[in-house]
Amino acid sequence: MEVLTEPFHYAFMQRAFVAALAVGVLCSTMGTYVILRKLSFIGDGIAHASFAGIVIAYLRGANFYIGAGVVAVLTAVGIGFVHRRGRISLDTTIGVLFTGMFALGVYLMSQQRSYAIDLQSFLFGDILAVQPEDLWLILALSVVVAIAVIVLFRGLLYTTFDPVVAQASGIASPAYEYALLVMLALTIVISLQAVGIVLVAALLVTPAAAAYQLTSRFAPMMALASLFGAACTVGGLYLSYYVRASSGATIVLLATLLFFASMGAKYLLRATARAA
Amino acid sequence: MVARDLTVRYEDFAALVDATLTVRYGEALGVVGPNGSGKSTLLKTIAGLLQPSSGSLSVLGSPPLKLPPGVTAYVPQVEAVDWSFPATVWDVVAMGRFARLHFWQRFGAQDREVVRRALEVVKMSALAGRHIASLSGGQQQRAFVARAIAQEPRLLLLDEPTTGVDAATEEALRRIVRELVAGGLPVVMATHDLDRVNEWFDRLLVLDRRVLALGTPDEVVASGTYAAIREHTHTHGHLRHDHEPHAAHAAHPEILR
Repeated sequence: MEVLTEPFHYAFMQRAFVAALAVGVLCSTMGTYVILRKLSFIGDGIAHASFAGIVIAYLRGANFYIGAGVVAVLTAVGIGFVHRRGRISLDTTIGVLFTGMFALGVYLMSQQRSYAIDLQSFLFGDILAVQPEDLWLILALSVVVAIAVIVLFRGLLYTTFDPVVAQASGIASPAYEYALLVMLALTIVISLQAVGIVLVAALLVTPAAAAYQLTSRFAPMMALASLFGAACTVGGLYLSYYVRASSGATIVLLATLLFFASMGAKYLLRATARAA
Repeated sequence: MVARDLTVRYEDFAALVDATLTVRYGEALGVVGPNGSGKSTLLKTIAGLLQPSSGSLSVLGSPPLKLPPGVTAYVPQVEAVDWSFPATVWDVVAMGRFARLHFWQRFGAQDREVVRRALEVVKMSALAGRHIASLSGGQQQRAFVARAIAQEPRLLLLDEPTTGVDAATEEALRRIVRELVAGGLPVVMATHDLDRVNEWFDRLLVLDRRVLALGTPDEVVASGTYAAIREHTHTHGHLRHDHEPHAAHAAHPEILR
């Protein structure tokens, strides 16, 4: 028993678990929209773009979350705008914007004499380094995004399923798309410290994709996705403590395993249904 | 619904030119014309999905985009939805209520009752719990019509709802449309099917980017425009613009209020 509770003895581990829980639930809830709107590439894009914000914030001595947040939201809105105005497909728009912003971050950093920023921790995350003030910010932004999901629930569902008919019925599909992109940007910024730029996309996609295998209605898919997300982040963090591996990588590996287990479960369920 | 000199362009191409028409309460207006004649463009413009480049359009006295949510229900020609979306027939029809509900309002007993009745009207009650991917083409079409009915719209727009459905579904749809119209709902429906227009519609609009004729099916048939369209539609050709619009019908729009 002592062995199992051991990680909770440390304050930094307690903070890490709370942050992991928030990030897991939030990412996979938003992941439901990401999967159903086929926006997987966007999570990756916004995360990479926010790197420029992190570097700018560092150089100016500003808060990491503010720098990353401003750049992430601007990139998200920019993606929506260019996509609607230009005759360019969404994945091309994202491809152009995110590589450009990431390069800007690398460029600014390369001008510094020393690599004072721990690049590794931004790319792969360091949830154990979450400070008390970080945790409050993570929780506050999580609440903001969660409230937005509740308030916009029906509109987001309708415009995700059938944007054209929703629009004709008087539900402003473009406004919902922008709102979703901003919510997604905030979610990604919150998650950066936990799983890092490279792996945040996995957390947005994988738990929701696993839930998609096992459900046939929207609300249950979202509920199961958030459960999976929480299980992966909390379980992954726990596991990483014992196997002494990177928390971000362990979390994502666990999510990947869960996805394949869901696929297997789906086929098993189908086979037993056919046999019955 | 009133349209005056309505012109809609895609880039440089005018898909609809100077269309003037009205739709009255409790009337089914059929829109016929060859492929590319602007039928879908007209419906999308009325639905507020396309902006007119000139002319005026009002639905219940307002431009489409100024209307409160829920007024216009639109059933597109091809539903470009993801059929593997996690939703049952019930879920899809329930979406029809969403435009009518503010975020603080719960999806209540009354909403469920409206959805239940809409499913009954299209004879889909037994399939309410089915996933949408397991429906036939006709069932999918009826589910989307039920969603439009559940919206309790003041104007219903149907874009070729009978394309690709079997004869039984087509007859079911015709009966649904006639029932809704009898209840006072104005319906505008684009169709390829030129048989039985008398049984479907109160008035007929013949369109080939311009309004060629507008009147009761009998009047339109008598005008000869219809025969030309019929011939061209069946050979899938495009009409040449050597027909003058029927000024007698087109020039005197009646106001719907």
